Amino acid sequence: MLAILVLNFFLLRLAPGDAADVLAGEAGAATQETMAALRHHFGLDLTALEQLLAYLYNLVHFSLGVSPRFNMPVTALIGERLPNTLMLMLVALGVALLLGVALGAVMASLVGRWPDRVLSVIALLFYSVPGFWVGLMLIVLFSVKLGWLPSGGAVTIGANFTAAEAVVDRVRHILLPALSLALFYVAIYARLTRGAMLEIRSQDFVRTARAKGLSPLAVTIRHVLRNALLPVTTMAGLHLGGFLGGAVVVETVYSWPGLGRLAFEAVMGRDFNVLLGILLLSSLLVIVVNAAVDLLQAWLDPRIEAR
Amino acid sequence: MPDVDITPLVYAGVSGDEPAAAILEPLPVSEAPAAVNAAARPRRRDARRALPAFLRNPAALIGALILAALVGAALLAPWLYPDDPLDLVGRPLLWPGARAAFPLGTDSLGRDVAAGLFHGARITLLVAASATAISLALGIVVGAVAGYFGGRLDDWLVKLIEIFQTIPGFILLIVLVAIAEPHLCIIIVAIGLISWPSVARLVRAEFRSLREKEFVMAARGLGYGHGRIIFREILPNALPPVIVLTSVMIASAILSESALSFLGLGDPNAVSWGSMIGAGREMLRTAWYLSAIPGLAIVVTVLALNLVGDGLNDALNPRVAAER
Repeated sequence: MLAILVLNFFLLRLAPGDAADVLAGEAGAATQETMAALRHHFGLDLTALEQLLAYLYNLVHFSLGVSPRFNMPVTALIGERLPNTLMLMLVALGVALLLGVALGAVMASLVGRWPDRVLSVIALLFYSVPGFWVGLMLIVLFSVKLGWLPSGGAVTIGANFTAAEAVVDRVRHILLPALSLALFYVAIYARLTRGAMLEIRSQDFVRTARAKGLSPLAVTIRHVLRNALLPVTTMAGLHLGGFLGGAVVVETVYSWPGLGRLAFEAVMGRDFNVLLGILLLSSLLVIVVNAAVDLLQAWLDPRIEAR
Repeated sequence: MPDVDITPLVYAGVSGDEPAAAILEPLPVSEAPAAVNAAARPRRRDARRALPAFLRNPAALIGALILAALVGAALLAPWLYPDDPLDLVGRPLLWPGARAAFPLGTDSLGRDVAAGLFHGARITLLVAASATAISLALGIVVGAVAGYFGGRLDDWLVKLIEIFQTIPGFILLIVLVAIAEPHLCIIIVAIGLISWPSVARLVRAEFRSLREKEFVMAARGLGYGHGRIIFREILPNALPPVIVLTSVMIASAILSESALSFLGLGDPNAVSWGSMIGAGREMLRTAWYLSAIPGLAIVVTVLALNLVGDGLNDALNPRVAAER
């Protein structure tokens, strides 16, 4: 973890130009003195080692420093955007898992017949489509041509909604971005579920369940699918980093006010503290989620704990 | 989506219908002593069996044909469209088919979309192929060293791999490209840098399972050096899953590159499909074809690569293929 931190820090130090340059450029004119004052204000004139030490010192106090560009603490900035990104990711993950597992289950039950083949091709197609492009095409179809759904943002600005209407509004806004983020993973989970179910189907306990006279549907859902979820959950945990990366692009397409767009804005503004904070936080998120997935698996499959 | 650990799909394809051991199991090395002098022989025999299997698979064949056409288009671009694709050649925003000279229309500045598409194929394929080559080289060296020598070195390298896998790859890619100049070389190196861990993990697993085999023992007994054993004896036998992974990696490199240039972080002097989509995005409401056409090109390319990957997988792992 510390290694990631220090690595990140030095990576960003290598960047040409700093936030003072960008701020000065945006102001239109800046004297040498104001530049120096700006640099001093944000501690940009210290040596690399001093900056690193200051950064680590702040980190111990749960502070990620101050963003020179937005002129507010990075933690506040991230905290403001994080819920939006988490919501988008969770909805996308939910959609991906639901659709993916359902498709995979259908494919596995009809293996070798035409629905399986057609769905396999569709899954491969989903796997090959860039998410941002799907996003754009969905906007064209649903907001430009049909006018059913909004094309960007997280809520309708300036509208006076009752609680129920506000929820509907949120759902309408999240639908398209979540779908474009999820599509790629639908394909992965469908193939994973199909493969896992085929493997499990040939095992002894399934034969026993069938011999007991359980209906094929019950065997498929209670015995095969339940066990097939195991590899899918592992993968879902691993994909979190991917979801975050995808969120950057999808959030840009839909001007969704989340972490990903913040990262993009930070890159454009050479705002190192914000970038560092986001990289750090997302790495931390991956670690935490993987730990959570381990726990979840122990719960799903008690044998893992015994091992 | 661009940033994804691509191993899952490979594993899903490879080991989904079969226990994972199917791929990790080395290829049949029937005459172990003879294999020392011709370690490549089992592979060659395998390739002879794999090629017809690959050619019999219609989906894979279609994929391969599409790819060949794309490479041809990329190579022919300078002859078909000798002018710079960034040149302004006609009236802006001509719809596809509106004028015979511009079968795919023109963009908001009057640039020929078809020319951009052909030249974009060059850039996109170049970036994807070179980035994959870099990550293959890195991943094979790290994975081979870690898997072959084991011990403390292995522990350290595995930690390094884990660090790279913890940091969300696409965000790291953005940071890398943003801090350096947005130049083609930088983009290639950066994409290579974020995608090597999956190769390293695969190669390491292969090497760990192969290193105790008889033919390696025999090679050791003959006094071959580590380098020769790694590259001439073990590596050829570890290649089939790596070849399958390669096609999937090129596909995901294309997705990464296009997402990057869509965000405007690509090389401003090169036309790529992603940057065409990004440029077309501003006219989405009126001229959606500007985004749709290059996007379709990406989809077709990546789809072809995935079809080839699936076909290779079936051909190189016949046990799995037989079950389908």
